[in-house]
Amino acid sequence: MTDAAITVEGLRKRYGDVRAVDGVSLEVVSGEFYGILGPNGAGKTTTLELIEGLREPDEGTVRLLGLPSWPRNPDLLRRIGVQLQSSAFFEKLTAREQIRSFASLYGVSADRADAMLETVGLTGKADVRDTELSGGQAQRLSIACALVHDPELVFLDEPTTGLDPQARRNLWDLLREINGQGRTVVLTTHYMDEAELLCDRVAVMDAGRVLRVGRPRDLIEELGVANLEDVFLRLTGREYRE
Amino acid sequence: MSALSSLSKVMFLGLIRDRTAVFFMLVLPLLFLVLFGALFQGEGGSRSTVVQYGEVTVLDELDEEHLAALSEALVLERTGDREDALERLRAGEVDAVVWEETPGTLELRYSAADEARAGAVRGLVNSLVQDANVAATGQPPAFRMSTERVEDESIRAIQFLAPGLLGWAIAMGASFMSAFTLVNWRRKRLLRRLWLAPIRPGAVVGARIGVSLGLAMAQLVLFLAVAVIPFYGLRLTDMWWLSIPLVACGTLAFMAVGLLIGAVTSTEEAANGVLQAVIMPMAFLSGSFFPTEVMPGWLEPIARLLPLKHLNEALMGVLSRGEGWGTALPVMGGLLLFAAVVAAIAARLFRWEAK
Ligand SMILES: Nc1ncnc2c1ncn2[C@@H]1O[C@H](COP(=O)(O)OP(=O)(O)O)[C@@H](O)[C@H]1O
Ligand SMILES: [Mg+2]
Repeated sequence: MTDAAITVEGLRKRYGDVRAVDGVSLEVVSGEFYGILGPNGAGKTTTLELIEGLREPDEGTVRLLGLPSWPRNPDLLRRIGVQLQSSAFFEKLTAREQIRSFASLYGVSADRADAMLETVGLTGKADVRDTELSGGQAQRLSIACALVHDPELVFLDEPTTGLDPQARRNLWDLLREINGQGRTVVLTTHYMDEAELLCDRVAVMDAGRVLRVGRPRDLIEELGVANLEDVFLRLTGREYRE
Repeated sequence: MSALSSLSKVMFLGLIRDRTAVFFMLVLPLLFLVLFGALFQGEGGSRSTVVQYGEVTVLDELDEEHLAALSEALVLERTGDREDALERLRAGEVDAVVWEETPGTLELRYSAADEARAGAVRGLVNSLVQDANVAATGQPPAFRMSTERVEDESIRAIQFLAPGLLGWAIAMGASFMSAFTLVNWRRKRLLRRLWLAPIRPGAVVGARIGVSLGLAMAQLVLFLAVAVIPFYGLRLTDMWWLSIPLVACGTLAFMAVGLLIGAVTSTEEAANGVLQAVIMPMAFLSGSFFPTEVMPGWLEPIARLLPLKHLNEALMGVLSRGEGWGTALPVMGGLLLFAAVVAAIAARLFRWEAK
């Protein structure tokens, strides 16, 4: 056993003419906080979904905790937690009912679900429907649902997009805490300040490829710029992305 | 809680907390039954009204069972005022007046305005007299007539309305629920999220079928409970319980319709629109709201192709006409076959994500 939590080799996925993921290889160490950065359409989400085992790669392999993530393997799924997007909630349920429902899908008790709600500071909103939560609260509930079964590996796709600065900082604390408990965390973002602050290492992607991998500080030094944002712009160019 | 029961709970709560869905699927069909049932209460029945004056032995000595059978064909009123009764007979308000002039001699006065009714009343009263005569001899009757109804012309409104509206309610409920779950869970990426949970796909399908069947059974119970109250007067025949497997098979058939519609639409609104456009005309053609005899004949072959038409007719058969396995079994088989074919098409068109 190596201490690699995630090993990705030669991953490719195309949609018609679009090469959404075009030969991605990377390795994430156990306990690491790993960021996948890139402009819109770079292929971050597709990469993440291939790694999670949500889609079948055209080419390449993914091993999570030593096990292939495709084809679907329920034993592996018990050990990973995934947040797809904040609105992936069941219709017309309260926050408590949401998390308890997700908990029971993993065979986790209602008590543990309630404790998780407490951890993300939503006990006060337990009886509120998801549609009445603020953006930050919905995001925290969504993360709580991803964590309720105490996964070793956590995937978060743009968890802070669309949040106000307070909610973002609030969420950063939560993410640091999750990682601090020894979990491996992989997140995608296009906020460079966030990545610089949270991530042990980042992979900068564009057009389905990984352009550079490294510790934020090392990348800044290597390119001789002021911050990660400059690294990003230097690597991906300045032209406008849709 | 297991995945199956927690998904069932999620689906159940999602439904009963959706006021619009509850209204259209549970309340509205029941409201139709209550209103239409009251509206057409007197109609369609060719029951004759016979007024009894004073004591009439052959009528007074009828036991419960015979009385009930008799009330299928006529309404028996009792009066102490013969002149008034005869006046009402002349006015056409009642069909016959009967009294016992001297013990053993029955007097029957009827109006000839409606020959068919007059004949029916005469025949009925006559047969009662004959039965009483035979019974009085203390001998078993030398001749018996065994009858079987071929076509019940005298069907009462409720006997037709209850099965028809029930069929419609089942069709709407089952198709709406499965289409909604599919579209909503796809749009919210819950389908994907469940893919990443360590559950069997069978748990999702099983929960959906279980909740839909449970709801269909609740609809059946509510409908029958309303229809059998004396005001509406549906009299369940012996084989009424065959409506349970029929409703179950109908539910599966219309769940498949819902899946197909859910597979080709991307939003709940679109799915709902397509569903209404499919189910409402089908309900009309299948005789859910009024008897199909009033429809132009060329529609009949089209109606024959509709699963709801067969469900309605079979429900009417087992609930109101005393039909049994012979009616129910082929329809159940047909509905299951229909469900399998449509579900297979839906599976081919299935998408994980909205376009
Ligand atoms: N399901 C899909 N069908 C077709 N094209 C897709 C699909 N998902 C993503 N793409 C395309 O693949 C590319 C990468 O998308 P994505 O992985 O979502 O990027 P990111 O998350 O970095 O914004 C984009 O050009 C996008 O349009
Ligand atoms: Mg994305």
